[in-house]
Amino acid sequence: MKKKGWKELPEGGIIKNVPTSQELKTGSWRTQKPVWDPNKCTNCFLCWLYCPDSAIILREVNGEPKVSGINYDYCKGCGICAEVCPPKVKAIHMEKEEL
Amino acid sequence: MSEILKTRQALTGNEAFAYAMKQINPDVVAAYPITPATEIVQIFSKYVADGEVDTEFVAVESEHSAMSACIGASAAGARVMTGTSSQGLALMHEMLYIASALRLPIVLAEVNRALSAPINIHCDHSDTMGSRDSGWIQIYCENANEGYHSLIQAVKIAETVNLPVMVTLDGFIISHGMEVVETLDTDAVRQYLGKRKPMYNVLDYENPIMVGPLDLPDYYFEHKRQQIEAMRKAKAVIEEVVTDYNKRFGFDFPVFAEAYRMEDAEYAILVMSSAAGTMKEAVDIMREKGKKVGLVRLKVFRPFPFEVLQELFKNVKAIGVMDRADSVNTMGGPVFNEVRSALYDLNSRPRIMNFVFGLGGRDFPLSDALYIINRVKELKEGKSLDFVEYVGVRE
Repeated sequence: MKKKGWKELPEGGIIKNVPTSQELKTGSWRTQKPVWDPNKCTNCFLCWLYCPDSAIILREVNGEPKVSGINYDYCKGCGICAEVCPPKVKAIHMEKEEL
Repeated sequence: MSEILKTRQALTGNEAFAYAMKQINPDVVAAYPITPATEIVQIFSKYVADGEVDTEFVAVESEHSAMSACIGASAAGARVMTGTSSQGLALMHEMLYIASALRLPIVLAEVNRALSAPINIHCDHSDTMGSRDSGWIQIYCENANEGYHSLIQAVKIAETVNLPVMVTLDGFIISHGMEVVETLDTDAVRQYLGKRKPMYNVLDYENPIMVGPLDLPDYYFEHKRQQIEAMRKAKAVIEEVVTDYNKRFGFDFPVFAEAYRMEDAEYAILVMSSAAGTMKEAVDIMREKGKKVGLVRLKVFRPFPFEVLQELFKNVKAIGVMDRADSVNTMGGPVFNEVRSALYDLNSRPRIMNFVFGLGGRDFPLSDALYIINRVKELKEGKSLDFVEYVGVRE
C-alpha cells in the first residue's frame, strides 16, 4: 500500500473510516497456533470471552450461538484460549506454527 | 460602512478579557484560577451564574485538566476558551501541544507572569515564551483595549486556520490597571463571529473518526508538516482578519507589528506588550531632540512575522531588541534571537543588541527607556558593546 503524503492525509492526525485495525492482520505474528476440536467443545464460550483479539468465531446454529472455529487472520497465538478451556474438556491445544 | 455602536468603558485588562468572553459566548470554558489571571474566569463564572452566557463552565482541579477539558470539548465541535497565567500555563504545557496538533481552535486569555523559582506573581514573558514552540498562535497586546479586540479577533483567526491562539496582556501592569476600552455591541460581536464550523467532530456518530491515535514513524512527520503549513497559512489569515476587523468596526489595529516614528529612523527599538507605552514616550523625547530613532512594537510572535521585520528594518543601522524574558542560554532573550535570525538575510545587516529588562515585574522607568535608546545610538555610531545588556538589575 502506497502511503499518503502530507497534502493527502486528513488534517489534525484524525483517522477516518474506523475501525482500521481490521486492515491490520496480526495472524503473521504467531509462533504457536491454537487447534480447536469441535467434537470435544462444550460451547462454554470461555475462549471467546478471554480472547484478546476477538479471534474465536461464533456462528448461530438453530438460534443458538456455537463456537465454530478460530480466525487465523487475527489470532496472535497467545494461547489464552487453550489455557482457559476447562481441563476436563481440553477442546483447544497449541501446536507449533508450521510455515 | 453602517454605524457600529461602540461604548467607552473603564475596564482593567482582566475585565476587558472577561467582557470579551461574555460577548463571544463560548460553548465551553474550562479553567482554574491563578494570579494575576484569576479575575478573568472569576468574572466570567459570574456571567455564567447570572445566565448572561450559554456557556458550560467546567471548574477543574488543575490547568492540565483545564486544557484537557478544552481539548475534549473543542474536538466535539464546541467553541472553547480558557484563561491562565505563568505556572498555570506551564502546567498546561503537555496539553498545549496536543491542542495545536489536533488542530483545535481553542482561545486562551493569557496574563504574562514570571515563572518560578523564586516564586513571583509579577509580569515578565517567561511563561508564554516557554510555550513559544507549542504550535499556538501568540498575540502580545500593549493594553486592555487591544487585548479586548484581539481576543475577539483570535476566535475568528483560530477557527479559520484551525489552530489555537493565546492572547496575552502584561500581568498587573495591564491585567489590574484600569483604562478606557472601546467595546463593541454584543450583537455585533456575535454576528461577526457566527457559529463555529469545526474541521471534524468526534461526536458525529454517523461519520465515526478516531482522534489522537498513535502516530508512528510512518505518519507522524506528515502530520507535523501539515501543522507547520497551517502556521504558515495563519499569517495570511491574521492579516485578513485584522484588516477586515479594522474596516468593519472602524479601528486601526496593527496586524503583526506597530511601526512608531519609523519613517526616517536611523536606529530603532523593538519591544513587545506594555513596555511599548513607556518606550514611545522615550522615542518622542529623543525625536524632539532631533534624534532619528523609531520603535517597532512586535504584536504577533507566533507565527513569527520575519518578512514584516525585514521590511521595517531594512534601512536602519542599529536595533535594540527588548526581551522581558531570558532564554538562559548565554545568548540573550528569545525575541532577540529570532529577530537577529530574521535580519540575517538583509543586504545591509543592521548592528543589533539585546536588552533584557523587567524580569519578575521589575519596574521599567522612562530613565531606562532613554538609556536603551542612547545605547543603541552608540551602537549605531560604531561603539563596541556587549550584545546583551541587563537593564534595571542591581550590580
